[in-house]
Amino acid sequence: MQTPQHLDAKNGRIVNLDDLKTIAEQEALLKSQLKHRIFVCMGTACQSCQSADVLDSLTREVSTRGGQAECLVTPGGCQGNCAEAPLVVVEPGGQLYRGVAPGDAASVIDSLKTGPVKRLLCDTTAPFFTEQTRLVTEYRGLVNPERIEDYIAVGGYIGLLTAVTELTPDEVIQQVTRSGLRGRGGAGYPTGLKWSTVAKAVSEQKYVICNADEGDPGAFMNRSVLEDYPFRVLEGMAIAGYALGATQGYVYVRAEYPLAVKRIEKAIAGAQRHGLLGNNIANTQFSFHVEVRLGAGAFVCGEETALISSIEGGRGLPCPRPPYPAESGLWGHPTLINNVETYTNIAPIIRNGGDWFAKIGTEKSKGTKTFALSGRVKNTGLVEVPLGTTLRKIIFDIGGGVPEGHKFKAVQTGGPAGGCIPAEHLDAPIDYESLQSLGSFMGSGGMIVMDDTSCMVDVAKFFMDFCATESCGKCIPCRVGTVHMRDILNKITTGEASLEDLAQLEELCDMVKYTSLCGLGQGAPNPVLSTLRYFKDEYMAHIIDHLCPAGVCAGKGQDIRRPACVL
Amino acid sequence: MNSAAPSLPSSSQNVVAAPSDDKRWRIVGATMRRYGFAPSALIETLHTVQNSFGYLDTQSLRFVARSLKVPLSKAYGVATFYGIFRLKPHGEHTCVICTGTACHIKGAAKLLATIDRCANIRDAETTKDNKLSLVTARCFGACGIAPAAIVDGQVIGNLSPETMEELVRRCLKS
Repeated sequence: MQTPQHLDAKNGRIVNLDDLKTIAEQEALLKSQLKHRIFVCMGTACQSCQSADVLDSLTREVSTRGGQAECLVTPGGCQGNCAEAPLVVVEPGGQLYRGVAPGDAASVIDSLKTGPVKRLLCDTTAPFFTEQTRLVTEYRGLVNPERIEDYIAVGGYIGLLTAVTELTPDEVIQQVTRSGLRGRGGAGYPTGLKWSTVAKAVSEQKYVICNADEGDPGAFMNRSVLEDYPFRVLEGMAIAGYALGATQGYVYVRAEYPLAVKRIEKAIAGAQRHGLLGNNIANTQFSFHVEVRLGAGAFVCGEETALISSIEGGRGLPCPRPPYPAESGLWGHPTLINNVETYTNIAPIIRNGGDWFAKIGTEKSKGTKTFALSGRVKNTGLVEVPLGTTLRKIIFDIGGGVPEGHKFKAVQTGGPAGGCIPAEHLDAPIDYESLQSLGSFMGSGGMIVMDDTSCMVDVAKFFMDFCATESCGKCIPCRVGTVHMRDILNKITTGEASLEDLAQLEELCDMVKYTSLCGLGQGAPNPVLSTLRYFKDEYMAHIIDHLCPAGVCAGKGQDIRRPACVL
Repeated sequence: MNSAAPSLPSSSQNVVAAPSDDKRWRIVGATMRRYGFAPSALIETLHTVQNSFGYLDTQSLRFVARSLKVPLSKAYGVATFYGIFRLKPHGEHTCVICTGTACHIKGAAKLLATIDRCANIRDAETTKDNKLSLVTARCFGACGIAPAAIVDGQVIGNLSPETMEELVRRCLKS
């Protein structure tokens, strides 16, 4: 890729909207010279299904036929339907091929002349594709995540350069406030309010942190967004930096996501090279630097004060709030912490205005939300819908329902702090308030579908085991309470519990919920409380009849008590 | 890591001498230099040590603690707090089984039982012949293809106990 002529004079630095336009035009020209572009998904799911080999064989096939000049084979991003990996998209036309093997390369290249390969074709008119609203994933994986020019060609960095060159920091915050955007990490705190608190704090140094420690088991939206649109996350952080008067940002990302780490590091280098990160962005006084910090496998580090301790190089122990990080955060300075998806929403808000964003969603929950749909559902993968969409629509229309003739039992949202929502509430709209009233939690967006083969007591035990293991040990209610609750749940699943144990479990839920220091402990009882609320009959079947209705704790109709030792 | 005696830091320079002339210490040194030997670089440095040597031993913890001027107790505290760090080396092959919610629902426990049956190891254990180590992970985000595992760095999805058995047998043989 050649850098546009007049940018050379500025060492490839992009300093105004005209520069972006030049690059976008150059890209459009390149695109118009190509007859076809083939995108091979390079997300984690597709890579595990050898999509790198598919990319290789497609590239080889094109070059042996001498078609490089008119057909570009390039790595792309997630298409969403990870269950059918590896996925390949052919543009123009948008044919989506699923389950592509390296040996299919010849047929795919043949198809450019003869018409789509029917046996690999995925029906993109299915509700899975048509019922989604793509905003966070608006580029549908059709940009190469490792090329900044690809991102600029689809409108990238217009938001940042508009903010820096045309808006005051106050105006930026106003737009974010008007958009009604709320924190996508789960709690739903209004983003504009958080920003203005940090902006008002007086300090020579402020920090912007991107929380990419997506620890909820069953959630992979942030991973996908970081892998596919790393530049947009950085753009959102830089806009935040400008609005708040911060010069340093950190992306705290899980070490379990090696591809996301690689992509974000590469994106930081790319943005720096083009002057979109670093000193004097757009030749103004505004400077903003970003560094990556790796997590090391501690769930509690998703909690903001624990995350700060971890960036400071210590154990990830949470601290009591107040003071909130907005006043005293990283190294005692005012700090903004937002989730990956929150930052991803910023650039389009600045580009299109806060009012545009506020039109999407419900009265109190604006915009869209990505969900990681998994478990006992036909179409597993990444989906994005406007807030206010019903659970039924996501699970049955988009997700295609429960496979193999099984019956839907519950959907778990919100990770270990969330709850299980039963069939009778499937028509509830998904927004922060209604999920909370159902005893669950928005969380970062994991959505795990369970059918009649899942035992709800076992699920509660699974989450309690998770919380007991991941408890940092700082406060006693969480450290000791979760272990006690796990022990009781263990007794229930082995048929050794009495009704007194159940009463104690309920009492402990209350105690741990209201006396724990941070969100981990406060949320830990939720899976138990919600399963007790909707599936008490299953608890009773275990305790009184010693049976597991789902056949998980023991075979169906079998006594769940361990056989007595015969020796 | 070989067991050459760690040299004491000389008072004239700030940089602590590496425990041995193993070239991998240079990579560790480079990480610490990049962060200006700040105490906050502890986690990043331990990542580098583990990536270079495979695990963290007392000698490396001592070296990193001295170099970054943090108490050894803090380095040890961090190394044991975070799930990713290990204080013992892994076997020739490593199998990470995801035990996240989606994998749990789709039968991760059966995969663990299969490994226990075939290789007689449980979570965080290594076979006696040092061929295979088993680790469980709290979700690595491959929920779309659950149940999933990472065998020697390669993510493998939609696993059945049968495929798992084949993978384990292959690791044990090679």
